[in-house]
Amino acid sequence: MNHQFELPSNYKKWTWGLIGAGAIAVLYGIIMFHPFSAPVAHGHGGGAHEVATADSGTRFWAVLLQNSVFFLLVVNAAMFFICVTTMAMGAWQVALRRVPEAISSVVPILGIVTFLVLMGIVLFGRTDIFHWLDADAVKHDRILNGKKGFLNPTFFTIWSAISIFMWWFLGKKMRTLSLESDKNGPMDYETGKKWIFKNTVWASLYCVFFGLSVASTIPWLWLMSIDAHWYSTMYSWYTFASSFVSGMSLIAIFVVYLKNKGKLEYVTEEHLHDVGKFMFAFSVFWTYLWFSQYMLIWYSNQPEETKYFIERIGTAGKSGPYHALFFVNLAMNFLCPLLILMKRGAKRNWTLLTIMAVLIIVGHWIDFYQMVMPGTVKSHPKFGIFEIGIPMLFIGLIMLGVGKYLSKHSLLMKNHPFLKESMIHHT
Amino acid sequence: MAGGIKKFVVGSFDDEAVLFPAVKNVRKAGYKIHDVYTPFPIHGLDHAMGLRETSLHTAGFIFAATGTTTALSCISWIFTKDWPLNIGGKPNFALPAWIPITFELTVLFSAVGMVLTFCYLCQLSPFIKKHHFHARATDDLFVMAIECTDKTNDAELQSFLEKAGAKEVNVQVAETGWWIGRYDKEQKLYREEKGY
Repeated sequence: MNHQFELPSNYKKWTWGLIGAGAIAVLYGIIMFHPFSAPVAHGHGGGAHEVATADSGTRFWAVLLQNSVFFLLVVNAAMFFICVTTMAMGAWQVALRRVPEAISSVVPILGIVTFLVLMGIVLFGRTDIFHWLDADAVKHDRILNGKKGFLNPTFFTIWSAISIFMWWFLGKKMRTLSLESDKNGPMDYETGKKWIFKNTVWASLYCVFFGLSVASTIPWLWLMSIDAHWYSTMYSWYTFASSFVSGMSLIAIFVVYLKNKGKLEYVTEEHLHDVGKFMFAFSVFWTYLWFSQYMLIWYSNQPEETKYFIERIGTAGKSGPYHALFFVNLAMNFLCPLLILMKRGAKRNWTLLTIMAVLIIVGHWIDFYQMVMPGTVKSHPKFGIFEIGIPMLFIGLIMLGVGKYLSKHSLLMKNHPFLKESMIHHT
Repeated sequence: MAGGIKKFVVGSFDDEAVLFPAVKNVRKAGYKIHDVYTPFPIHGLDHAMGLRETSLHTAGFIFAATGTTTALSCISWIFTKDWPLNIGGKPNFALPAWIPITFELTVLFSAVGMVLTFCYLCQLSPFIKKHHFHARATDDLFVMAIECTDKTNDAELQSFLEKAGAKEVNVQVAETGWWIGRYDKEQKLYREEKGY
């Protein structure tokens, strides 16, 4: 069987259509929202300033931040999946490994986009997004002053750049190792052992760096610092769970797509079942972190901590604009996967799993929406053409990168020492 | 509980790779496999024997749902109707605080319930005795018991099993159900113990 994949013209049409629509949305935002002028100055603590902060430049940067960070973390999660399974000597994923590889090859593209967005926020001094950019406020605000060793433009820039570079660099190493194995014939025992060991070393380096970035500092810097006065020790894990479960869903979607095109002959419903298990398990894990964060803050009832949830749910007397979204988020990301994906048959059903994968990705996109928006556009959330257009740009970019990788390289790692184990995989 | 006394042709295999085609051929020839006893779980054997999917998961879901309901109804009744307390100024109906307990009871009910259901399905219990077709079924032999009907030709079936690769073949008359007894005592048939 031919393991080369030729991109159907339909795929290309959709890719460029989505990128075009997204580019139009960006242009629309630049023209309509004046994102490059300084944000409207505002005081803090009062309720009166809120109307003034809802200028549309805020909306522009907030939407770009939400989408770029979300989609970058999602594609990066694909490489994390490869590295974790590699370190666990997992063989089942070998039959479909080129798919997460292809997804992770988008990291440099989205990484640059995200870096540009972050730098835009820093350089144009968008204090409405990151309050800690306001040097004057940092000087007078005791909490911001205490955090300035971590939350300052220099460290923010350097660490963001290092993180994106390392994700790209270590991911590239893993992809190169994988592609190089295609060139020579089947490996003998010694070569195979050495090759696997090399993979394990790079995978473990990736995982260590992943822990230092995605599972700790990066969500603090990129998302949690929107609410610079507030902090939660659950936050990074929660963000990681969100991105990982979406990453698994994205892998499932591409696997089903290729399978529908008659490719990936060794991938059976057994492999799909395992991908489905990841989607199910990490949906529950996400909920565990979501709830742990919520319950501890609810229980201890400290004003500086509950502020985060008051902005989202509102108070007993007055529910805020994000009230419905907050619970829709929980229903989409917990109840649906829990009840629908619980059954064995559901995880082995190609159609149902695709529907669930789309639901989970949209659900976690909404999760990121409610992470970013309440702290930036405050109580004036907008949902219009712009909010729909920007994710199109990112989906288009992902499709472009993935399509390029899949059509350029063989879909099967034909010399991987674990290939046979993957082919006869049985859950 | 007596399941009835039946006649079996028993073949013992010492290789998994021989067992699988044998199971397939025995079924194809139209014989009825009573059960296959193996020292360890064999992946895919249930499928080869044509066993239906177990309902243990469904039982687990029902137990779990019972646990959730028990926890939520109990706690909410206690804290809102029976003995309302002011705890840290929280409302009496304090759902987030109950979730951990609800979760624990859900897990507890489903775990304990599934273990008990599993024991019931396997007829495992102290002082419950079942006929063993071969003592080495827990050691190194895969033992296939084929149920004989009045139409079965024993001799033909025995040679069929030998050809399929069985190391030992014999005919046993055995009780299919369980009875009260102990394994450290000499193993007797149900009818002998009960004095039929």
